[in-house]
Amino acid sequence: MSTVLDGLYYSESHEWLKVEGEFGYIGITDYAQHQLGSVVYVDLPEVDDELNQGEEFGAVESVKAASDLLSPISGTVVEINEALEDKPELLNEDAFNNWICKVTISDPEELKNLMDAEAYKAICE
Amino acid sequence: MEDILKTCLHQKHLDLGAKMMPFGGFDMPIEYTSIIEEHNAVRHAAGIFDVSHMGEILITGPDSERYINYIFTNNIRGAEPGKIFYGMLLYPDGGTVDDLLVYKMGDERFFLVVNASNIAKDYQWIVEHSAGYNLNIENLSDYYGEVAVQGPKAEACIEELLHLEVKDLQFYTCKEIECDGETIIVSRTGYTGEDGFEIYGSHAFINKVWDVLVGSKQVLPCGLGCRDTLRFEVGLPLYGHELEKDITPIEAGLGMFVKLDKDDFIGKEAIARQKAEGAKRKIVGIELADKAIPRSGYEVYADGKVIGHVTTGYNSISTGKSVCMALIDSAYAALGTEVEIHIRKKFFKGTVVKKRFYEKNYKK
Repeated sequence: MSTVLDGLYYSESHEWLKVEGEFGYIGITDYAQHQLGSVVYVDLPEVDDELNQGEEFGAVESVKAASDLLSPISGTVVEINEALEDKPELLNEDAFNNWICKVTISDPEELKNLMDAEAYKAICE
Repeated sequence: MEDILKTCLHQKHLDLGAKMMPFGGFDMPIEYTSIIEEHNAVRHAAGIFDVSHMGEILITGPDSERYINYIFTNNIRGAEPGKIFYGMLLYPDGGTVDDLLVYKMGDERFFLVVNASNIAKDYQWIVEHSAGYNLNIENLSDYYGEVAVQGPKAEACIEELLHLEVKDLQFYTCKEIECDGETIIVSRTGYTGEDGFEIYGSHAFINKVWDVLVGSKQVLPCGLGCRDTLRFEVGLPLYGHELEKDITPIEAGLGMFVKLDKDDFIGKEAIARQKAEGAKRKIVGIELADKAIPRSGYEVYADGKVIGHVTTGYNSISTGKSVCMALIDSAYAALGTEVEIHIRKKFFKGTVVKKRFYEKNYKK
């Protein structure tokens, strides 16, 4: 079964958000990488991109298909995980330890729209 | 919605935990473990595909050769029994009804293998145009199961594990073999760019073949996911993508399978005209500089305007390059032409290349 980590926020579209002060790290869940199969390409956002909660900011692609990444939170990209450019398979190996981008969170109120680990586990069943 | 169909191997796929998806009206395995692993097994060892969804139509009788030559683009006249031809059924305007294989089983007996999604349409087309010909047409799609065993080790596995003599089969030939009280058909054909065989028999026989080969652990079960990446890499067309009702074989770059020097056949006039005037669109290969993946349907641009669309695209498993086939304006089809592909919000530079992204490895 898929792993779900406590202490993270989750979206219905299977992204996770880890909050550290004013910053947030965004990635895809273990469930998402299972569903996708082998990830062969990650379309990363660029630094300074403005993300809006629930809106597309990139994509993860398996051999067969592209899946849009929807941002769990609004904010500005301050860093991207460049390792994924050459090693997209890192998302399959450990989805929770390989974040996709780091943002400054513009509206912490939006966290209310996300699920905790318990709620997310329920939708993965 | 029509009920989804199941092949005779459906339960085996479920037992193996395959990821299933509808294809051509059938619930088919897309992958068992990983498309990449399955793809590489076929390139370097051996894989087995359930292709029982494919349709089989038998045409027999005194006029069968003459009739097939009237509806089929390739020329089967006077061929030796055992020979197999690839070609198309065309509409009068040159568009494609289907692409198929014609197996010459005997002088008055031909076995047609057609795409799953087109079985009913093809059967109807073949029956409709046969008035006045002395022949018999049977749709045997429900009787036959079919597996494709593909890869450099396919021959050895079939010989040693199934004890079928196939070494002597030449590329694109077939033979009938008496086995377990029935007549099966084996051909040296496939859809992967590797050496390999296709085996047709009763559901019980095909289940036995599957069990023996998969049970040996020498032949990996492979899903339709890698069937598509394999055929794509060697530039083979898939009906619905590179060939369609409104795409001619000339546009698809398959003119060598349309024999304009034979007697009249449906679509001949339109194809002759298109060949003389030059096709306005062409299926080309495009290689991207970046790793972004061009997917079916994405638009191709040049000179600031849309010049066509991607028909199939992948990050090639064998080469690691992002490549696609695309149907574009012929003005931009010359090798080396610079184009752009619109992928989500960005434009990626690409170059027109040969649509064979990986060299075929047939045993001829």
